[in-house]
Amino acid sequence: MNVNKDLQNERNKCSFNVRELTEFIDGGKNRTLERKHIEKLILAQKDELFGGTPEDYLSHKEKYERAIQTNVIILKIVQDFMRDANGGDLTNYRDVLTTLLNFVVSREGTPFALHFMMFLPVFLSQADEEQQMEWLPRAWNCNIIGSYAQTELGHGTFIRGLETTATYDAATKEFVLHSPTVTSYKWWPGALGHTANYCVVVAQLHTKGQCHGIHSFIVQVRDEETHMPLAGIRVGEIGAKMGLNMINNGFIGFNHVRIPRRHLLMKHAQVLEDGTYVKSRNSKLNYGAMVFVRVVIVFDSVNYLSKAVTIATRFAAVRRQSQLKANEPECQIIDFLTQQHKLFIGIATCHALKMTATKLWDTFNEVQQQLRGGNLERLPELHALACCLKAVSTADTAALAEGGRRACGGHGYMRSSGLPQTCAVLDAACTFEGDNTVLLLQTARFLVKVWRGLDTLKLTPTVAYLRTTLTEGFNDKWENTVEGIIKGFQTVSMRKISECVSCMAKRIMSGMSQEEAWNMTSVQLVAAAESHCRVIIISYFHEEFVKVSSSFSPALRRVMKLLVELYTLYWALDKLQDLLKYTSISRTDTEQLQERYEDTLNALRPDAVGLVDAFDIMDEILQSTLGAYDGRVYERLMEEALKSPLNAEPVNRSFHQYLKPLMQGKL
Amino acid sequence: MTKTKINADLIKERSKCTFNITELTNLIDGGAHLTEERKKREEKVLKEGIHIDQVPSEYLSHKEKYELAIKKASLMFKLLRKWQEEENTGMENYRAVLGGALGSAILEDGSPLTLHYVMFIPTLMGQGTVEQQAYWIGRAFNVDIIGTYAQTELGHGTFVRGLETTATYDPKTKEFVLHSPSLTAYKWWPGGLAHTANYCIVMAQLYTAGKCHGIHAFIVQLRDEETHMPLPGIKVGEIGAKLGMNGTNNGFLGLEHVRIPREHMLMKNAKVLEDGTYVNSPSSKLTYGTMMFVRVVLVNDMCNYMAKAVTTATRYSAVRHQSQPKPDEPEPQILDYVTQQHKLFVGIASVHAFKLSANWLWNMYNNVTAELESGDMERLPELHALSCCLKAVSTADAAQCVERCRLACGGHGYMLSSNLPTSYGLVTAACTYEGENTVLLLQTARYLVKAWQQAAGASQLTPTVAYIRRVTSGRRAPPFDSSLTGLIDAFHTVAAGKIGLCVANIEKRQKEGLSYEDAWNMTSVQLTQASEAHCRAILLLTYHEQTEMQCKNASPELREVLSQLVDLYVVYWTLQCVGDLLRFTSISERDIERLQRWYEDLLSKLRPNAVGLVDAFDIRDEILHSALGAYDGRVYERLMEEALKSPLNAEPVNRSFHQYLKPLMQGKL
Repeated sequence: MNVNKDLQNERNKCSFNVRELTEFIDGGKNRTLERKHIEKLILAQKDELFGGTPEDYLSHKEKYERAIQTNVIILKIVQDFMRDANGGDLTNYRDVLTTLLNFVVSREGTPFALHFMMFLPVFLSQADEEQQMEWLPRAWNCNIIGSYAQTELGHGTFIRGLETTATYDAATKEFVLHSPTVTSYKWWPGALGHTANYCVVVAQLHTKGQCHGIHSFIVQVRDEETHMPLAGIRVGEIGAKMGLNMINNGFIGFNHVRIPRRHLLMKHAQVLEDGTYVKSRNSKLNYGAMVFVRVVIVFDSVNYLSKAVTIATRFAAVRRQSQLKANEPECQIIDFLTQQHKLFIGIATCHALKMTATKLWDTFNEVQQQLRGGNLERLPELHALACCLKAVSTADTAALAEGGRRACGGHGYMRSSGLPQTCAVLDAACTFEGDNTVLLLQTARFLVKVWRGLDTLKLTPTVAYLRTTLTEGFNDKWENTVEGIIKGFQTVSMRKISECVSCMAKRIMSGMSQEEAWNMTSVQLVAAAESHCRVIIISYFHEEFVKVSSSFSPALRRVMKLLVELYTLYWALDKLQDLLKYTSISRTDTEQLQERYEDTLNALRPDAVGLVDAFDIMDEILQSTLGAYDGRVYERLMEEALKSPLNAEPVNRSFHQYLKPLMQGKL
Repeated sequence: MTKTKINADLIKERSKCTFNITELTNLIDGGAHLTEERKKREEKVLKEGIHIDQVPSEYLSHKEKYELAIKKASLMFKLLRKWQEEENTGMENYRAVLGGALGSAILEDGSPLTLHYVMFIPTLMGQGTVEQQAYWIGRAFNVDIIGTYAQTELGHGTFVRGLETTATYDPKTKEFVLHSPSLTAYKWWPGGLAHTANYCIVMAQLYTAGKCHGIHAFIVQLRDEETHMPLPGIKVGEIGAKLGMNGTNNGFLGLEHVRIPREHMLMKNAKVLEDGTYVNSPSSKLTYGTMMFVRVVLVNDMCNYMAKAVTTATRYSAVRHQSQPKPDEPEPQILDYVTQQHKLFVGIASVHAFKLSANWLWNMYNNVTAELESGDMERLPELHALSCCLKAVSTADAAQCVERCRLACGGHGYMLSSNLPTSYGLVTAACTYEGENTVLLLQTARYLVKAWQQAAGASQLTPTVAYIRRVTSGRRAPPFDSSLTGLIDAFHTVAAGKIGLCVANIEKRQKEGLSYEDAWNMTSVQLTQASEAHCRAILLLTYHEQTEMQCKNASPELREVLSQLVDLYVVYWTLQCVGDLLRFTSISERDIERLQRWYEDLLSKLRPNAVGLVDAFDIRDEILHSALGAYDGRVYERLMEEALKSPLNAEPVNRSFHQYLKPLMQGKL
């Protein structure tokens, strides 16, 4: 391989073993080997997967057809591999899912994502054992392809407001599903447009003349042989979107569609044959799938951000622009501090969020264990944590990827850079699976509750700092260290929550209702929830680093420590207004922080390319002219441009039809 | 126009608006007669029906999109030419159909002919001699030829001196030989260059008599006027699919020893004589003209896109109902949520703030160019510094505003039928074209650092940086004044404080042994922030002052709501930058809490007028082009109608089912 000289230089001066970091990121040497094995299988079908006209030039319809064609191949590769590796059971479900998501080769998503991300997990958490036996094997083998339909055209966040009804008819022992209005049409579910033949539908359950709120039903959407929509079902795609155009999002409307009684998922609530409703033991149990999906979203956001920073960092090493000093050659743009400022925080964020999400995942599994034993104590905490973490990590990764895209100048606007598509995926995550503002307010609700019960409640681990910070006070001594900054952030979060609570109290005193006071304070509540999340991410990143770093080589430990510092300093400077307002940080301290931040950027500069190389994203997955491993940026830009069907002819027919007549005054 | 049924919530919103919407519309347009002119023009263009698509362009292939764009652009300019002949209405028609307002109704994702009008013709006017103008401009205006402007190269953008394309004079044949010596020298990006233009202004390094004289502009014919085939030695094509602007037909151009006549060098400012003698330009700064012009137009266009985005998001927020804060009450309009108001209302204010600032800069530009004609260059660097930071801040803010509006519409904002993603694509592009934002902020910073040094001495400071001396004069910080003007003053104090700190940091790094350039680089993150602070101070002050002036003859109702918007904008940015205020002014924790209350209070006050305020932007549905933002608020019906236009929905089963899905599900793949 002919590698760009600048990139080769960068790699030569890298201070640590890139492979060591890759294995850490993958979760162990074996996992790295496993991943590389799948990559080999994918490359074996390179022509079918990556040949032909690039997807960016296709029409919307052709894109869908391409998506089905390529994703079926990928699906089979991963399925076969996992079957061989795990004997086909579901114990490593997350591995299967994250592996699948890692290998999405179309840059606008895959129509099979929802089948694995929602359809199967909903069965796992809401179907009773018999239902699981009946449906899971077929779904797992992709004998059926499912989707999950909750959101409606007129209803998203507020689930209780859904309009679709499922009315039990005791005479036939069936449920009748119906969409009473246009706003009640299901709208958004991935794969629902033209791909899925089954769907889990969330609807208001009515039986014996009474509404029991929303429940999940399995509905066959299309005939298994002909794929034609079944009677009473109106299904189609919702149209072109900013990105993710290969997901095949759909709409569905029901006109009195009848399904058997056992198509209600009955793990938590049942409707007996005679129509009697048997209540769920605990309605909170339904949170499980939601927490699961949100953690997966955090992992997935990290994947996409690591792609964006890999592309932008390699491009910054190859691109030369302007003279730092007169009479010297133009320098690599990665030497500009402003460029480092845009990129290195992205690298650190990948690690910070990944470590945080991993810890959340472990907690999730612990809590699942406790749930089985009937202990629900930590469920609200976990839910609150998943909410804010999803919101903050999707917002951060979207902003940093967009920053990375702009850091590539105009070339980052080219679809051949892969950056626009990457940003569009991350942008979508800010509003799907819980709009970020709404999620932060849910976390805020939890925090306010904790704050009000601070003296009496037993505090769960992630909020324990609220009491310690309050009782210990801040000691009036600011420390410019990672630990000091974390303590500062804890104080900020504690003070913000306390301020929100007293602000609401004041408003209620002045005559507002509880709800109005909440609404008037909601901008501050959102900020408080974010602050809490910052505490969690920064302290987890720091703690986890300390925990794992003993197994690192000294060289890797040094560079990872720099990343932890960079991350902490970056956010301290970004949230300076909070620190200045709520802690004893002085003006001199802030100036020192700024200087240390600049010096840390400089210290990371020589390892920047090594750090993104360690994400080890193969060119075929990265699919970027600017970010390929060999750094042949300009050659690739031109090669890709020449693939445009417009460039196949020197003169387009529109010249003869319109331009020439226009110029000759004959139009 | 048929009367459509209007959503009940929107009717209610409109009925409770406290001011006269038409009065505000007239104010925004610059007078009732201008509103009328605009409406007439819009009606005249839209009744032609050029903007109507059978299949929305987002469903087409890349190539089909281009063909559609050419069709529409050609019909559009035929129409313009006709009017020009009939009534000679001047430049306003052109500006309107090229910009983000009326123009985007016809071509929502950019036009392949934009650069012809925005760069090709202005460059001819700015850099051509009288004879050259006489020869070229008539043909260009009449669209007998279509031109573009090629400066940026595949490997070179910001640093213009680094361009590689050469133009070498050959006195024997009295020709220039244009050449691209490497792949990185290929011109890359110019709109219309790929398959549309047949002429092009090419920026190249001028060589004559063995010496390089830096970059100059040359007119190069690209394609045969009859056959449109590329001429010998010319390698031209399109650069490929982009995030947005896929109607602009951006191209690349490689030149292989292409010969052009000596007269094809634009010679207003510098000449090459027949024998190859180079005659110097009177001032190299004169070539800044076109760039300035483009930036001012650009700030104005950002306002168009912001206005569209906030109109869409505000109307949608009035129609959309969600959640139940109080049990047993109906779901409220999402516009009632303070978090939603927080996302939208500052956007409405931003449109006014940038529009007024752009006008103010436009006037200043005209004054300065008048001075230029008479040889007075004194204020050119100041104007340049101002246009740099204003371009950077307005494009960055506009991108953020459009994106925030999109997110405020939840998932539906992700649909192309909302038009928010397309607007975002156009606005975010402006963050990197016509001067990358970070680079521009650093150019402003260079001016500010110089001004700081001047402030330390005795020399006169130019008006927009005069505040620096106030701070450097060394008086102690006065007690914090949280009135509107007090806050604006505080922003000036912050800006001066930041510039001062940058200067001190550069000096400190130099003392530690760094060269000035390295010290500058190490301080550059702070320098961009100082530049932004400077720009914010000017924006707030200008918005406040210009609104006062504008409101002199306005009705009391309108004056009240416009001053609420100014208050909102200033308090919003104060809270955004409160860390800076804590560092550089005497603001206290209690002041901040009061400001936060003030802000929340302003949101409540503006709430009843929100729909009226966006209605006043008076953007026709055809221009808004949004299922979520149409005047009648039939949001859900329109979303469904648009979805059904997707060609995928024309068949119940797509062929890929039989080819791939069925074999997969039946285990036969």
